[in-house]
Amino acid sequence: MLKWLEKNLPKIVMAPAVGLIGWFVYGFVLWTLYISFTNSKILPKYELWGVGQYTKLWASRKWLIAVDNLLIFTALFLIFCVVIGIILAIFLDQKIRAEGLLRTIYLYPMALSFIVTGTAWKWILNPTLGIQKLFIDWGFENFTFDWLVNREMAIYTIVIAGVWQSAGFVMALFLAGLRSVEDEIVKAAKIDGASLFTVYWKILLPMMRPVFFTSFVILVHISIKSYDLIVALTQGGPGISTTMPALYMTQTAFHKSQVGLSAASAMMMFMAVAAVIIPYLYSELRRENAR
Amino acid sequence: MQGSLQSSSYKKLEQKSKYTNIFLRWFLYFVLILFASYFIFPLYVMIVTSLKTMEEIRQGTLLTWPSALNFESWGVAWGGRGYGAGDTYLKPYFWNSIKMVVPAVFFSTFIGAMAGYVLTKWRFKGDKWVFLFLLFGCFIPYQAILLPMARTLGVLGISNSVIGLVLVHTVYGIPFTTLFFRNFYVSIPSELVKAARIDGAGFFKIFFKILLPISTPIIVVTVIWQFTQIWNDFLFGSTFSFGEAAPIQVALNNMVLSSTSVKEYNVDMASAIIAGIPTLIVYVLAGKYFIRGLTSGAVKG
Amino acid sequence: MKTLKIEDLSKNFGSTEVLKKINLEIDEGNFLVLLGPSGCGKSTLLNIIAGLETINEGNVYIDDYNVSKVEPKDRNIAMVFQSYALYPSMNVKENMIFGLKQAKTSKEKIEEQLKKVSSFLQVDSLLERKPSQLSGGQRQRVAIGRALVREPRIFLFDEPLSNLDAKLRVEMRREIKKLHQQLKTTVVYVTHDQTEAMSLGTKIAIMNHGVIQQNDTPENIYNKPSNTFVADFIGSPSMNLIKGNLKQNSDNISFIAEGSNLEIPIKHYDFKNKSELSNNEVYFGIRPEHIYFKKLNEDDLEINLRADLSEYIGHEQIVTFNFSNQEILAKFPSTINVELNKETKLYVDLTQVSLFDSKNEERI
Repeated sequence: MLKWLEKNLPKIVMAPAVGLIGWFVYGFVLWTLYISFTNSKILPKYELWGVGQYTKLWASRKWLIAVDNLLIFTALFLIFCVVIGIILAIFLDQKIRAEGLLRTIYLYPMALSFIVTGTAWKWILNPTLGIQKLFIDWGFENFTFDWLVNREMAIYTIVIAGVWQSAGFVMALFLAGLRSVEDEIVKAAKIDGASLFTVYWKILLPMMRPVFFTSFVILVHISIKSYDLIVALTQGGPGISTTMPALYMTQTAFHKSQVGLSAASAMMMFMAVAAVIIPYLYSELRRENAR
Repeated sequence: MQGSLQSSSYKKLEQKSKYTNIFLRWFLYFVLILFASYFIFPLYVMIVTSLKTMEEIRQGTLLTWPSALNFESWGVAWGGRGYGAGDTYLKPYFWNSIKMVVPAVFFSTFIGAMAGYVLTKWRFKGDKWVFLFLLFGCFIPYQAILLPMARTLGVLGISNSVIGLVLVHTVYGIPFTTLFFRNFYVSIPSELVKAARIDGAGFFKIFFKILLPISTPIIVVTVIWQFTQIWNDFLFGSTFSFGEAAPIQVALNNMVLSSTSVKEYNVDMASAIIAGIPTLIVYVLAGKYFIRGLTSGAVKG
Repeated sequence: MKTLKIEDLSKNFGSTEVLKKINLEIDEGNFLVLLGPSGCGKSTLLNIIAGLETINEGNVYIDDYNVSKVEPKDRNIAMVFQSYALYPSMNVKENMIFGLKQAKTSKEKIEEQLKKVSSFLQVDSLLERKPSQLSGGQRQRVAIGRALVREPRIFLFDEPLSNLDAKLRVEMRREIKKLHQQLKTTVVYVTHDQTEAMSLGTKIAIMNHGVIQQNDTPENIYNKPSNTFVADFIGSPSMNLIKGNLKQNSDNISFIAEGSNLEIPIKHYDFKNKSELSNNEVYFGIRPEHIYFKKLNEDDLEINLRADLSEYIGHEQIVTFNFSNQEILAKFPSTINVELNKETKLYVDLTQVSLFDSKNEERI
C-alpha cells in the first residue's frame, strides 16, 4: 500500500488540478453544449429540443448586430494594435534614450482593468465636456465629436479604447522578438548596404512571423471575449448598436432568462475561439517538439 | 564592383549619412513622444479631473490644470458622503477584492507550482496530454462556463459570496499558473532532481527544499499575473456576486452607472483611480516581472 | 599603398578600455589573423574595420583613404560571421545577391556574379533552399559566397569555423586556405584557435587586453615570441618557462634555474641588446617539443630529471618532469617508454631557447 502510494505520488498530486479543470472546464462546456440543445428558459430543462436555439439565435437581429460588431471591432483592433505595436517596437529598438520610461508608458494600460479604462474613456469621449469641448475651446467652433452617443460611430469608440489598452502589449511582443534576433544578421545587412528600412522590411519583419501569429491569436482572443470594456463604455448602446457576442450572452442569460438561447450563443463563441486556438496550439506544440 | 572610391566622394558619403541620421533621430523621438502622449493622456485626464470641483470641470477643458489640489472627491469615492441609503463608496468593496484576491492567488499559485513540478520532473506516460488538457483551459471563452458555474455555486450555497469568487478564480487560474511553472521548471536541469533522489530525498522534499527555493522569479511572475487578472476581473464578479459581496470593479461600474443625481465626473475619476491603483503600483514596482508574465503567459492566454 | 592601415586606434565601452592605441598595417594579398583569448578586443577591432562600431580615437584607412566615418557598405569590404548570419526568410540565391541588389547592380551583372561564385563554391544546387534546410558546412559556404559576390577589397572573417564540428572545421579551414591562394584578396580573420591561426595566416597579430602583443609571421610567433604572454598562448602544451638568473662572465652567458646549481650555457641565443642586460632575473623558455629523449644535435644539453606523470594522447605523449621543483613538460613519440619516478636522461635543444625579462616579461 505504502509502496503503491509512493509510486503514484506524482499522479496523486496532479489529481486535484486535473480534476478541477476536468470538471469546471470540460464538464461545464459539455453541460453548456447540452443545454444549448434544450428549450431551457429561466431554469435548465434536460429534454433535448434539437437545434432550435441555434436557428433562433441566427434569426435574432440583435445577435446579427453583435456578430457584425465583432467582425468590425476585431478587424480594426487587430490592424491598429499590430501597426502601432510594430512601429513602437521598431522605433524603441533604435537605442533610444529613456527607453525604459517609454516602454513603461506604452504598457501601463495593460495593468488596468477594462472597467477603469472604460470609465476614463467614457469621460474623455463624452460629447458635452470631453474632447469636443477641448477642441471648441481651442477655437474649432463647429467641432463635434459625438461618437459615443452616435449609433453609427459608437463601435469605433470601443476600438479607440481597446487599441489604447492593448497596443503596448503587441509592442512588447515585437520588441522581445526583435531583440532575440542575432545582431550578426543586422551587421551582415549593414555591410550588404541595406538601409534601416530595408533591414526591417526585408529581413527582420519576415523573421517575426511567429510573433505576428501569436499577436493575431491573442488579439482575436481578446476581442471575442471582450465584455468589460463595452459594459463600462456603452452598455451595448446607444440602443443595441454596440452589442457584442459576450454581452449578448450574459444579457440573454441573466436579464432575459433565456438560458438555452444564451448557451447556444456561448457555444458559438466557444467554436470561434477554438477555430483560432487549436491551429495555434498545434503549431506551438510542433515547434516545441522540434526543439 | 567599384574600385577604391575617391576621397571627395568618401567625404560626401560621410556628410550624407550624418544629415539623414540627425533627421531620422528627430523623427523617431517625435513619433515616440506623440504615442507616449496618447497613452498618458487618459491617465492625466483622470488625475486632474479627480482633483477638480464640478464647477471647474464645467468651466475648463479636459486638460486644464486644477486651481487647487482638492482631494474631496477622493474622500467621497472612498468613504461616501455619510448619508445612509444610496450612498455608495468603494471602501467595503476594496476589502472584498482583497479578501478574494489573496486566497485565490495563493491557492492557484500553489496548485500550479505542484502541477508544473510533476509535469516536468516526475514525467509519466501521457504527461504531454495532461499538460495540453490543462493548457486548453487558458483559452476557453468564459461565457461557455458561466451558466453551469452559476448553478454550481448555488448548489454549494456560496453564490454571491467572496468564497464563491475565490473558488472560481482559483480554478480558472490553474491553467495559467501550471503553464508558468511548467515552462520554468523545464529549463531547470533534471540532474538536480536526480542528484537529490540519489541523496535520498523524496517527492515533497525535493520540491520544498530544492525547487521552491530557486523558484522566486517565477513565483513573482505568477503572483503578479494572477493578482492583476483577479483584481481586474469583471465578468465573474458581476455574474456571481452583487450587492455587498461585489468586488471593486463591479462596485466601480455600479457607481459610475448609477444615474440617480447629477453626474459627478470628479468622483467617478477618483473611484477609477482607486480601483486601478493597486495593479498600477505593482506594475510600476515590478514591471519587469509583469512584462515577463504577459509575454510568456498571455502569449497563451 | 597599404590595403588596410590602423592608426592609434582606441575604443572604450563606457569606462572599460577595449582597444588601446592599436597600430596595424596590412599589405595587399596578405592573410592577417587576429588571435587572442576571448575578451581581448579582437572582434571589436574587426567590427571597427567593418564600420559596425564607432571609434573613440584614431583612424582606419583602406587604400590610403580615411574611412573612419564611412558607412560599412561604402568601405568595399565583406564579412563572414560566426553564426553565418544568413537571412532566414530568404533562400540561398536571395541571400547571396542581396548586397548587389542594394548597390543597384545591373541584373546581368548580378546573374553573372552569382553563377561564377555559386559554381566556384559548389552551391549551385542549393540556390533555391532556405538557410534552415542547409547543413552547417553548406551554410558556411553560402556565407562565404555572399561575401565573394561583392568582390570586396578586404574580406573580414569573424570566427567563421567555431560553430562547426571538429572534422568539418579542418575541412573548411583547408577550403578557406585554398580560396585565399586562388583569389589573393586581403583577409582579416579573427579566431581564438591557434591551429587555425597558424595554418591560415601569412601574418598573425596576437592580442591581449586590447593591445597587440606581437604582429609577425607564424614562424616568428612560434619561434621568437616577443613576450611571455605570446610564449604561453601559442603551442600546446605551452612553452616551459623556468625562473632563474643569468650569469655573465667575460663573453659567456649562462642560465641558472632557481634552486639549482646547474649552469646552462646560452650559446646560440640572439639577444636584442646584449650589452644592456639590466636585469639578471629571467625566464628561460623552452618548448616541450624541443626536449628530446635522444641526443639529436651536437650542442644539446644533457640533463637528468625525474618523470612524475605521463599523459598518453595517441601519436604522442606528454611527460611531466621535475626540475628543481619547477614542472617541465616534454613531448615524445608514444613509442618511447618513460619510467615514472625515476631519473631520466634528457636532451635540451639550446638553439630553440627564448629568454624573457622576469619583470616586464618581454623577450630580451
